Amino acid sequence: MRRLVWPAAVLVLLLALNVFFTPSFLSIQVRDGHLYGSLIDILRFGAPLILVAIGMTLVIATGGIDLSVGSVVAISGALACLQISQDAGLFTAVALALGLCLLLGAWNGFLVAGIGIQPIIATLILMVAGRGLAQLITGGQIITVNSPAYKMIGGGYWLTVPFGIVIVAVVLAVTAFLTRRLALGMLIESVGGNAEASRLAGIRSRGIIVMVYAFAALCAGVAGLMISSNVSSADGNNAGLWIELDAILAVVIGGTSLAGGRFSLAGTVLGALIIQTLTTTIYSIGVPPETTLLFKALVVAAVCLIQSPSFREKVFHRRRRAVAPAPATDEKVRVTT
Amino acid sequence: MSTLTLGRGRVPAKYLPVLVTGCLFVAMFAAGGIRYEGFASGQVVLNVFIDNAFLLVVAIGLTFVILTGGIDLSVGSVVALSTMIAAALMEGPGWPPYLVIPLVLAVGSGLGLVMGYVVHAFDIQPFIVTLAGMFLARGLCYTIGTDSIPIADPAFTVFAQTRIDLFADLWISPSVVIAVVVVLVAAYVLHYTRFGRTVYAAGGNEQSALLMGLPVGRTKIAVYTISGFCSALGGLLLSFYMLSGYGLHAVGMELDAIAAVVIGGTLLTGGSGFLLGTVLGVLVLGLIQTIISFEGTLLSWWTKIFIGMLLFVFIVLQRLFSGGSRR
Amino acid sequence: MGEAAAVLTMKGICKRFPGVTALDGVDLRLLPGEVHALMGENGAGKSTLIKVLTGVYPADAGTVELGGATVAFGGPLEAQRAGISTVYQEVNLCANLSVAENILLGREPRRRGRIDWKRMRARAAELLSRLELSLDVSAPLSSCSLAVQQMVAIARAIDVDARVLILDEPTSSLDADEVAQLFRVLRRLKEQGIAILFVSHFLDQVYEISDRMTILRNGRLVGEYPTRELSPVRLVAKMIGQELAALERLHGEHKTFDRPLVEARGVGRAGAVEPFTLTVHEGEVVGLAGLLGSGRTEVARLLFGADHASTGEITVGGTPVSLRTPRAAMNHKIAFCSENRKEDGLIPDLTVRENIILALQATRGWTRPVPREQQDELVSRYVEALKISPPNPEQLVRNLSGGNQQKVVLARWLILAPRLLILDEPTRGIDVGAKAEIQRLVAQLSDGGMAVLFISAELEEVLRLSHKVEVLRDRRLVAELPNDDRLTTDVLMETIASGGRA
Repeated sequence: MRRLVWPAAVLVLLLALNVFFTPSFLSIQVRDGHLYGSLIDILRFGAPLILVAIGMTLVIATGGIDLSVGSVVAISGALACLQISQDAGLFTAVALALGLCLLLGAWNGFLVAGIGIQPIIATLILMVAGRGLAQLITGGQIITVNSPAYKMIGGGYWLTVPFGIVIVAVVLAVTAFLTRRLALGMLIESVGGNAEASRLAGIRSRGIIVMVYAFAALCAGVAGLMISSNVSSADGNNAGLWIELDAILAVVIGGTSLAGGRFSLAGTVLGALIIQTLTTTIYSIGVPPETTLLFKALVVAAVCLIQSPSFREKVFHRRRRAVAPAPATDEKVRVTT
Repeated sequence: MSTLTLGRGRVPAKYLPVLVTGCLFVAMFAAGGIRYEGFASGQVVLNVFIDNAFLLVVAIGLTFVILTGGIDLSVGSVVALSTMIAAALMEGPGWPPYLVIPLVLAVGSGLGLVMGYVVHAFDIQPFIVTLAGMFLARGLCYTIGTDSIPIADPAFTVFAQTRIDLFADLWISPSVVIAVVVVLVAAYVLHYTRFGRTVYAAGGNEQSALLMGLPVGRTKIAVYTISGFCSALGGLLLSFYMLSGYGLHAVGMELDAIAAVVIGGTLLTGGSGFLLGTVLGVLVLGLIQTIISFEGTLLSWWTKIFIGMLLFVFIVLQRLFSGGSRR
Repeated sequence: MGEAAAVLTMKGICKRFPGVTALDGVDLRLLPGEVHALMGENGAGKSTLIKVLTGVYPADAGTVELGGATVAFGGPLEAQRAGISTVYQEVNLCANLSVAENILLGREPRRRGRIDWKRMRARAAELLSRLELSLDVSAPLSSCSLAVQQMVAIARAIDVDARVLILDEPTSSLDADEVAQLFRVLRRLKEQGIAILFVSHFLDQVYEISDRMTILRNGRLVGEYPTRELSPVRLVAKMIGQELAALERLHGEHKTFDRPLVEARGVGRAGAVEPFTLTVHEGEVVGLAGLLGSGRTEVARLLFGADHASTGEITVGGTPVSLRTPRAAMNHKIAFCSENRKEDGLIPDLTVRENIILALQATRGWTRPVPREQQDELVSRYVEALKISPPNPEQLVRNLSGGNQQKVVLARWLILAPRLLILDEPTRGIDVGAKAEIQRLVAQLSDGGMAVLFISAELEEVLRLSHKVEVLRDRRLVAELPNDDRLTTDVLMETIASGGRA
């Protein structure tokens, strides 16, 4: 739990900053039977990012990375909107879109686990081609749909709570159940911690890796539905643009190492919330919105530096000389007798 | 070592990926020539160079980083930032180009230097560091201005409109000359200097390179600086080409550059690859766009799908080759 | 022999890491023209001492003098410039570069700042010829055998005007001929007046090549001795700090084995091990003896399905089975503790508890987690039975010592109650106490009816535990010897050396 301290502190700091500029920031009201307030907005607008980041967490825990989620977001929204615009039912549209996402995720997983391609490259393929695919589906146009049922996914409310938040809560609960109640989490951490040892311990790591990539794509697919439903249209070119980078950032800020192994879902959610709060903060404290990215860069830099052990060592305990860490020869460095 | 017998000579395995890319380029050019009227001319190839000179320069810088096993996601944003700084300084306070150009190059190199230092000194993954750099550079663009700023500086417009005539009605732009010079200098550095060989050594096995006493840390910082410099130079070339500075220039260009490097046969894990491969990779990407524009009925998104397919084929090929030669 | 002045003197070296004192007042001196062996068990501090010497770590206390002047290096490069070159156990070269570059990287011959490739190749070839080696120096290093790579590393080390050459376990991956070649080279370097610091676990090699030795134990100096004056038995005693307990065979009475459990007929894998036939009975301990690289590990991996066999068939309890994956073998109750526990055994970031239940969980699949109470019960039982220390199941396994890590891997397999347990070098690199415990455990398990395939480089250990011994040589199973009174380590060694039945 100690590693959640820093991200939590940053989030609290950001919220405090908001309260300082907007004293009513923390208040939540019920208006027209819907919850309103800045905190609700952060959750609501942050929902797609949280979803994508949850999937990304599991991928990163296996020692992988998935660059293609942004394209999958676009594909999912494009296919669903295309179906609905062609008078398909909501259920068919959603099922087709999510089915395609699962397939694309399994393709990523196959490239990584089956052919043995480095994850960053394997998913780069779909990242590039996927955008083309999304535009192919939409025919290069922005498809607008007028379906109240579809609008519900991203813009609706359920018992006063924005429906997007409900979806996130459900996905988070299911993921937490699968990984922490069932043994999936331990097996994922084991594969990410040491793939060969896991194989020799009898773990079917290929299956797990394919599953994790498929899951990440599914999460991205749901996020894609949410984004396109929120604006009632699908834009193959811009939907989910750069969301993979935000998601990776959220995971890293949440304390999961890009090298794989131990992961923290709570940390990831915190990370995603930090990123979303940052955007909100910039608006609320009156910084021109153009500088959003600049602020993001600074916060990312700060969080990553604080989490880097060698930075902490250099800054907080100034030592005579930096000792080059030698992970590859760990066996020989370790001197327990 | 696996070799491929080709005609009389035997080609060492390390040249094979470059050779495949070269063959692909020739095949695509031939196919285009057969299919489209007016395609099989020298000017078509030169136009690919003219249209992609800035991408070529950026991809060269990125090749250095990737050879060490790193990655630089900030290149596209630094290109945009460079166009923005150049345009803003020349149009606003009216700085002369001879001040603006060195300043832009210094800013790009400086950003690269900082990122390289953070990667090296604090052991943070290059992916994350350069991602932060990417946000920073784009953020700076929007801070300077959100609209496109036209460049009316006479030196820039002259540069943009100059045609260097070659023989037989063929011509190139000055940008191509700059790009070619960058390629030659970079190839010399990689092949004939200690620094260049250290780049390969660090990418092959960083731990060994350290134990061999090579200046790995300095080299890593240097490659990011080079990449920053090349991005800034690429940005200047782009501002000659576009005659404007805009925060939305070169969005997603880092992907094109990475794709060019990979298609050129450089391993993303580092330690293996050639600059010539990157040049061919850029040409292949450019030729795809040319073919699609010749086709007319094919729509632009097919470019992305084709590039994705090419990436897939090349990555699987690389995997097969490296799988055979490793223990 | 008149003593020349020491070229290198280390005095009172101390080095502490968080939680552990790695070196405590260690002295070392190297004389020119002498091979000096640095001896000690794993964890005695040999590697740390070398790293302090070459500037990888700064010393917390003590002085290093080179040629009479006090020095403190900031890193291997500075040490190298001062004439101290190191060749490490794992070949630390860049396999993606050419042989010539690997020899001369960082000091390439240049002309006006430009690397002179022609002179570079010539220089590399010349250096290799000093080691009686001729090969294509422009070929990539990855195309060379491990032994040649080792020679390339030495060529690199002696190219600078080396006064001190450190060889950290250079022979562990070489065969006998290659070792002989290496020693020829070392003798020649010795004649040139270079001081050589030699680290090896092979006692006979130490006695063959070294003139003098320094012994470390638990980070402390035991002493410095001329090799001729210290017998192997006394050396071992000084290394492990106690006189060797008299060897007894752990299996008292003869048992008869008539219920074959696992039978391998003509099982082999191209390039790894030639087809072999082997039967393991219930309750039997089968020892696998042979030199490193003789195919011991390969046999074990085939029987566990870690690699695919290209020929032959395996039956378990009389029925033919297909062992294509570790999981398939586990379903037939076969378990395998691999030799390399860091790479093939442990998940360093997981806790002791998670590491122990990992294999059990894998057999159940992720949908059926082992209930937490059952986990705790199993884990605490084995932590107690195997005396895993610290006895905290939530400790990260990376923080445990080698012996305790080995016990964790062992516990992982024991909770599966396997019928055949394959142990590949289970006692390597762990302290004497833990070693005896593991040996006793093996005897107990076999008395309880479990079959054990026991692989060890130590012939005494094999003899002590096994009911029969299979001898491997050059990737071939050459003999099967019943372990009776006539079988001694001498007979075993002879079989390994001659390759025939004794």
